[in-house]
Amino acid sequence: MIDFIKYRKIAYVISGILVLTAWVSLIIFGLKPGMDFIGGSVLELKLNNTQVDPKVIEEIYKNYGYQSVLVTPSGDNGLTIRSTDVSEENHQAIIAAIKEKYNNVEEMRFESFGPVIGKELRNKSITAIILVILGIILYLTWAFRQVSRPVASWRYGVTAILALIHDISIPTGLFALLGKFKGVEIDSNFIVALLTILGFSVHDTIVVFDRIREKLRTHPGLTFAQAINESINETLRRSILTSLTLMIVLVALLIFGPAHLFYFSLTLLIGTFFGTYSSIFIASPLLYDWHQFLQKRKNKR
Amino acid sequence: MKESRRNLFVVIIILILSVVAGLFAYGQFNFLPNWFKVPYRLGLDLSGGTRLIYEADLSQVEQKDRDSAMNGLRDVIERRVNLFGVSEPRVEVVKVGDSYRLNVELAGVKDIAQAIKMIGETPYLEFREERPKEETEKILEEQKKNNPEYAFVDPYFVPSQPLLTGKYLKKAQLDFNPRTYEPMVSLEFNDEGTKIFAELTKKNVGKILAIYLDGQPISLPVVQEEITQGKAQITGKFTAEEAKKLVENLNAGALPVPIKLISQQSVGATQGEFFLNLSIKAGIIGLIAIIVFMIVMYGLLGVCASLALIIYTILNLVIYKLIPVTLSLSGIAGFILSIGMAVDANILIFERYKEEIKKGIEKKRALLEGFRRAWPSIRDSNISTIITCLVLYNFTSSMIKGFALNLLIGVLISMFSAITLTRSFLRAFIK
Repeated sequence: MIDFIKYRKIAYVISGILVLTAWVSLIIFGLKPGMDFIGGSVLELKLNNTQVDPKVIEEIYKNYGYQSVLVTPSGDNGLTIRSTDVSEENHQAIIAAIKEKYNNVEEMRFESFGPVIGKELRNKSITAIILVILGIILYLTWAFRQVSRPVASWRYGVTAILALIHDISIPTGLFALLGKFKGVEIDSNFIVALLTILGFSVHDTIVVFDRIREKLRTHPGLTFAQAINESINETLRRSILTSLTLMIVLVALLIFGPAHLFYFSLTLLIGTFFGTYSSIFIASPLLYDWHQFLQKRKNKR
Repeated sequence: MKESRRNLFVVIIILILSVVAGLFAYGQFNFLPNWFKVPYRLGLDLSGGTRLIYEADLSQVEQKDRDSAMNGLRDVIERRVNLFGVSEPRVEVVKVGDSYRLNVELAGVKDIAQAIKMIGETPYLEFREERPKEETEKILEEQKKNNPEYAFVDPYFVPSQPLLTGKYLKKAQLDFNPRTYEPMVSLEFNDEGTKIFAELTKKNVGKILAIYLDGQPISLPVVQEEITQGKAQITGKFTAEEAKKLVENLNAGALPVPIKLISQQSVGATQGEFFLNLSIKAGIIGLIAIIVFMIVMYGLLGVCASLALIIYTILNLVIYKLIPVTLSLSGIAGFILSIGMAVDANILIFERYKEEIKKGIEKKRALLEGFRRAWPSIRDSNISTIITCLVLYNFTSSMIKGFALNLLIGVLISMFSAITLTRSFLRAFIK
């Protein structure tokens, strides 16, 4: 049996460094919001073996008053052009101008979002995440209501949420770094990935907490530390196996899935890993420390 | 002995039902009845298509009439979109804060520029008079002969002389007959319209003065008498609902609501297909990987769980077809996560089972205990996922909604498949 409580400080240090790095990168670099959040347009062209000069495309956009235009190749046969939001008339005019120059080029995808829509999406996403967190705390408080000893049931909920914040901070921080150094933007897919991690992380933490709840009921003689340790050890195989299966699927998605879902799959993969890690090394030990802290304060009085 | 035979019987029934469900989910074989062949409803990112978001300018419309004005606008646009022969076009009004939006989704439209142009046009309301009988007969005859000159000629009505259009109509509203309490529609014309209307009613007493919107008849009232006051009622045997709809349509022509395109997304059909194939491929590879993994880890138990997992996948697909659920890339992500959770339920149970076996409990009891003890964890973790899904579904926009809905369906089915189904299989196979 591994004594997780004894070695918890090591995990705290590792997680502390990771979360701190994540938050520092977030504060310094921020996230690079994609078009979905700030408005903008993207045009994807299929080149069909035509040599297209990005300068020419930029020039065409500039003729219609779009100054910041970013032309990047996508795949071997495509071109992605990003700019601020483009009205329908200009869109048609630009396409016509491009076709005039290169008549083999095909329009594959065009998206244009006004800034209003982006702001809405951002607000809605934030509201949803906050509501989910509240909902989970309330449910756990209720589900663990019979185990108010030695720690009150709402503390399970709050601890699960702390582990959750840990789990979503790390991939978010990573995206701040990716955004800074590789220009990776966050889009609605990223929000979906975060929400998935959120669901998985809580799911995973609950399984361990549930075992603690059962242990405390069936073995009243155990100390809190012992109950936690035994519970983590007994659920260890399950935790690892489950996240392994999920990670297998995600790796399949990463390798075989659509290219633009690459970062989506990556976020999920990292989130799954840390979700499992935190439910073993962070969540339950935190519960223990909280308990210790309350004990000490009580003894002082 | 008797019990084990019953267990086997249950398994056979489950398998037969699953095969039927599987055929329904696949739906591609020729021998299947037609209702098996209902296609999946694919989101725009998978089928290719366009999503347009318009902002409506309602500054000229009174606060209380705005909902009604938007409904009228939606009807108008829906009619136009239908003309494009789009399969299942979706046109919906969304209220965001104080502003009204119109979301239009068009799957498989080739000429998007044309569609956008048509949607943006101002609705055209006009009054039409009856044609003389001989003229009607002649046109009908020519149309029977497929004379192309007459293909698009309305055989019954002709634009009124002088022309009365939506710009002369001040407004329409829903009223009730003070004596009979029957619903009726009141029209009010502006000064110029009053004159034209008087002339038309005088000329057409006893005849129909049809009202057309965008070239489609929306009402065919008969003129009772000459009306000089510029106010008229359309009465008839309609329900309040029908009358309301007519009012909305009339107002859409009388007080056109300007709309502005604020966002558009188009995905080419080939690209949609490409995403769809990739997702299916990734899904199959993932599923096979899980099955191999479960069998390696748990042997016979793993075989039972894998069987339950395959049925689980089929059940999800069946539900997607039946509801029907619009499948999108984010929805597929939700489904994949739910597979993970379904497998987790089995892993929880099996790990518990192994623990019980280690304690020296015999297999059947251990299995029972495994299920019993794993249940609270499965329940609590799934309920928190359900809470998450419900919140996401109700508070977010379309993309995340798809994710939440598929995850929700998946988790609900997994509670059934990973527990009930797996248990039935194990009962039959574990001796």
